[in-house]
Amino acid sequence: MSADAKPDAGGWEPKIVAFCCNWCSYGGADSAGMGRFQQPPSARIIRVMCSGRIDPIHVFNAFLEGADAVLVTGCHIGDCHYVNGNDKTKIKYKFLEHVVHELGLEKERLYLNWISASEGEKFANFIRDVTEEVKKIGPSPLKPEGVA
Amino acid sequence: MKGSVAVVGGGVAGIQAALDLADNGFKTYLIESKPSIGGTMSQLDKTFPTNDCAMCILSPKLVETGRHPNIELLSYSDVKSITGEAGDFRVKVLRKARYVDEAKCTGCGNCTEKCPKKVDDDYNAGMSKRKAIYIPFAQAIPRVATIDAANCIYLTKGKCGNCKKVCGVEAVDYEAKDEEIELNVGSVVIATGFKPFDPSVLTNYRFDHPDVITSLQLERLLSASGPTQGHVTKPSNGEVPKKIGFIQCVGSRNPRISRKYCSSVCCMYATKEAIIAKEHDPELDITIFNIDIRAFGKNFEEFYNRAQREYGIKYTNSRPPEVIVGADNTLSVKYEDFNTGELKSQGLDMVILSIGLDPSDSTRTIAESSGIALDEFGNIATSIEAPVETSVSGIYVCGVAQGPKDIPDTVAQASAAASKAAALLSGERGTLIKEREFPDEKTLSSEPRTGVFVCHCGINIGSVVNVPGVVEYAKTLPNVTYAQELLYACSSDSQEAIKQAISGNNLNRVVVASCTPRTHEPLFQNTCREAGLNPYLFELANIREHCSWVHMKEKDKATEKAKSIVRMAVAKSAFFQPLYKQKVSLINKAMVIGGGVAGMTAALDIANNGYEVTLVEKEKELGGMLKDMTEMHDGKKPSEIISDLARQIHDNNKITVMNEAKLVDVEGHLGNFKGTVLSGGQETHLDFGAAVIATGARNLEPAGLFGYGSNSRVVTQAQLEKMLAENLSANNITMIQCAGARNPEREYCGRTCCVDAVKNAIRIKKANSKANVFVLYRDIRTYGVTEKLYETARELGVLFIQYDKDAPPQVQDSAVVVHDVMLNEDIEIETDLVVLSTPLISGEDNSGINQLFKVPLDKNGFFLEAHPKLRPVEFATDGVFLCGSAQAPKLMEEAISQASAAASRACTILSRDFIETEAMVSIVNEAKCIGCGTCVTVCPYNAPALEEATVTAEEVSYTAKKSRINPAACKGCGSCAAACPSGAITAQHFSRKEIGEAIDAFEQGIKSIAVNEKVVEVTV
Ligand code: FES
Repeated sequence: MSADAKPDAGGWEPKIVAFCCNWCSYGGADSAGMGRFQQPPSARIIRVMCSGRIDPIHVFNAFLEGADAVLVTGCHIGDCHYVNGNDKTKIKYKFLEHVVHELGLEKERLYLNWISASEGEKFANFIRDVTEEVKKIGPSPLKPEGVA
Repeated sequence: MKGSVAVVGGGVAGIQAALDLADNGFKTYLIESKPSIGGTMSQLDKTFPTNDCAMCILSPKLVETGRHPNIELLSYSDVKSITGEAGDFRVKVLRKARYVDEAKCTGCGNCTEKCPKKVDDDYNAGMSKRKAIYIPFAQAIPRVATIDAANCIYLTKGKCGNCKKVCGVEAVDYEAKDEEIELNVGSVVIATGFKPFDPSVLTNYRFDHPDVITSLQLERLLSASGPTQGHVTKPSNGEVPKKIGFIQCVGSRNPRISRKYCSSVCCMYATKEAIIAKEHDPELDITIFNIDIRAFGKNFEEFYNRAQREYGIKYTNSRPPEVIVGADNTLSVKYEDFNTGELKSQGLDMVILSIGLDPSDSTRTIAESSGIALDEFGNIATSIEAPVETSVSGIYVCGVAQGPKDIPDTVAQASAAASKAAALLSGERGTLIKEREFPDEKTLSSEPRTGVFVCHCGINIGSVVNVPGVVEYAKTLPNVTYAQELLYACSSDSQEAIKQAISGNNLNRVVVASCTPRTHEPLFQNTCREAGLNPYLFELANIREHCSWVHMKEKDKATEKAKSIVRMAVAKSAFFQPLYKQKVSLINKAMVIGGGVAGMTAALDIANNGYEVTLVEKEKELGGMLKDMTEMHDGKKPSEIISDLARQIHDNNKITVMNEAKLVDVEGHLGNFKGTVLSGGQETHLDFGAAVIATGARNLEPAGLFGYGSNSRVVTQAQLEKMLAENLSANNITMIQCAGARNPEREYCGRTCCVDAVKNAIRIKKANSKANVFVLYRDIRTYGVTEKLYETARELGVLFIQYDKDAPPQVQDSAVVVHDVMLNEDIEIETDLVVLSTPLISGEDNSGINQLFKVPLDKNGFFLEAHPKLRPVEFATDGVFLCGSAQAPKLMEEAISQASAAASRACTILSRDFIETEAMVSIVNEAKCIGCGTCVTVCPYNAPALEEATVTAEEVSYTAKKSRINPAACKGCGSCAAACPSGAITAQHFSRKEIGEAIDAFEQGIKSIAVNEKVVEVTV
């Protein structure tokens, strides 16, 4: 895998970790499948029950393990299955943006998006757009090897 | 008496009724004539007024229904007749041949793919094609294929047979026959819904033109799962339209075609569709042609305002008589603008006909075959004080079968019908239901031994992902002791294979790589449980929706991705621990707060279901606001309705009424509340398992409005009620609608005021035909069947004059001056009594009660339900329910329906032997907890609380605050775990370790895993 980890060298595929909440955005990814909305095979989805569960630590972890981008996703505001988990996600995301910036990562590597369980096409487009963006800037400067 | 119920109709009404009954201990048959349940709601893109995705909120209910051990789903079946009597009915059901064995079909869709015959797809309202063998939609329950016999090439011509050839499980059976069965049930609930009005009857609307479509068709165009993936394009040429016009009341409010009623939902769905269309394309120009905009429900007026303000949607007060097709096939409408009297014309790219709700054919067939009375509109007849009871005792009705209504009112009525059926059969509760039985769980060895099962899903996965390759790869992963491939992991023989592999290889973790856990996790969890494994030792790796289906052209990369998805699942599952739902006992008693008609009904229904209730009323007597009414809109006397309910309550030994009482304290949670009631200076402690809040609302005192308070000839409708009961001397009466409502200060519509005003206008005219009655209005909102009151009033000579909100009527000494928008001139109305129609406002005690139960209020001070569509009588807090005008203003019949609904929902708790808590709850490591209380603030369910604990560390003891999470209140969202600054909280099943391992595994291999417990630094 690491051999072709150069931008555009033989179709380098970025590695994207997508955190999805069970009730909406994970369902959106499912709907993308049901609607056969094709997307680059770059994303790895980690399911949590609610976007409110996403601990900043998980996001940093993903970067430290070599993710080229991390997606934080959940239900639209007001739709959270647990009343207001995504409101908390929004607050945490502000903090995440800062820290990710401090780590020297480009802003194109971190995204927040609200995707409902019916928005399959939106999910697929999102993955495609992020993949494109990340392809432009190349692999993450944080190499997994550098991390204990 | 039989402990079973037949629910006829599998739309959202039938589904809700069936779930309530099954949860209440009754065997329930849900009979649906289409191949799958879900009804019209499953075709909707979004729902007003929140624009929630319809399928997302409905689909969990579909799955729950399909899986419920006490619901027997008879889809693709018609009810022929109902005979017998309350407690013992015979229901004849025709099971139409599906030509596919439901038990065998896995819903893989291979047959559909290979079927050569294309047919109009009714799920997409005829706007796309489906195959002759089909699954109606992706989330269909049951998810099995059906052959449309009329169009199948094999069944009509004896050729083809493709579906049979490709079916991997031999489910296709061309020899299948219709079958008639008979059910013996104690009660029947009719939920046969409606059929959309067919606009081709109104030839003037040119439905034959491809760009003239119905609102339901537009709904499909707007839907991401629809024929155009949510892009609105002109059916004629695929171009993006620039101008769209909605014509309202197509098939409603039209006596000429004997549709006298208002369909209740069209104004709001048109507004919703217009908003969604605008969201897709902000350039789109949208006009909604309407007679009145009936935004009468909770948050509807706000929605309507937002449509105008934020989306620029235009509402034109007119009813265009026809759609004109020009020489070049272009569309336009000519209309008279009611607001200016001008004749105008407008070119349109698309015309949307906002079609009404017609009674469904099955409503009529069943009513005729079974002797159930219909009303003048063809709905099942009921009365306002018994809104779900049909003319046949023991048969109940709910939803649009009873009259046009929106989803929340439908859902409430469904629960109400369930409550009545359950009360009737309460002696038989639990006699016909079954519990699932499982073997003991085996003890877990410390080493993870993981089994991986990779599914081909026919060709759905196998044609893209190299399944054997993934199996071989899985075998190389740490902890994996067994791996195999399966053709269909979800088929019943695969369940056997998995169980055998578990026992043969002593597996203690199971990973199935197939489809989405959102639909299939429970199935495999169940299989694990049957093999003696705790269900939480299971993980699904989604390599279909998230892989093979979305990377169809990149097979190698898809295989790589599938491997890494499996790797992540294996890594994560190694840390899984058995989790258990806890069983806690409960108190099978209820408390109802508020003794108006809603509270009285709720208390009676709960008691009739067999549970004790305490009814807490703040006043001396029961009856609430109904006491101030003197006549209902159907002519009944409110005092008689109240005394009848009061007598039933008095005679019911399960109900304790506490008058002049106030609930002052509540502790506890679902199943186990402790309340303190203050009455006559004395405190009483009461324990209850569920509570219903029915505290009603109150009349607005419109001080200062239109001279109210200073001019004695200005009264409110409530005061007029009293005057009408005595003797009304006034001869010239002018009513002013929307007094104190629909304004910046109070944005909402009062819902009941138009019905009340029209009713009182009729009363005046009937008592004195010489009286002059004027009603000055902005929109007349006599929705649903109350439209007939509006018609009656006009027939009796009541004069309706429309005014604009910016030019309100002026009350003068002996006249009211109003600017008539239709005539566009000021008119002076001689008046000796001005009646203000004011809205109900929220009860003064709401803000105390909401704190006792920790339930929310909305911005108008009414109680905020858990979900505006599907949970109208529940709070997000389990065990607490609401009904009546405490939630928002309501007519009496609606309050009664809601009250029975709240009772039914409460009984789903009271009927249990114990409460099962969520298993994936968060737990606190008290040693690490610093008592900061972050979790307490973050949790929306009040599950964590800080408690004093003694901490002993290095020979010092001290007390400190520690968080404790009540597992009965925790819902397992994990927000607290993410927020805890000291890492003291573990969100079980989604712990930092479990998620962390998955993250670690996403790119590289898994490091060897050692499951060791964290060293605890201090002991508590
Ligand atoms: S459940 Fe989706 S964000 Fe909370």
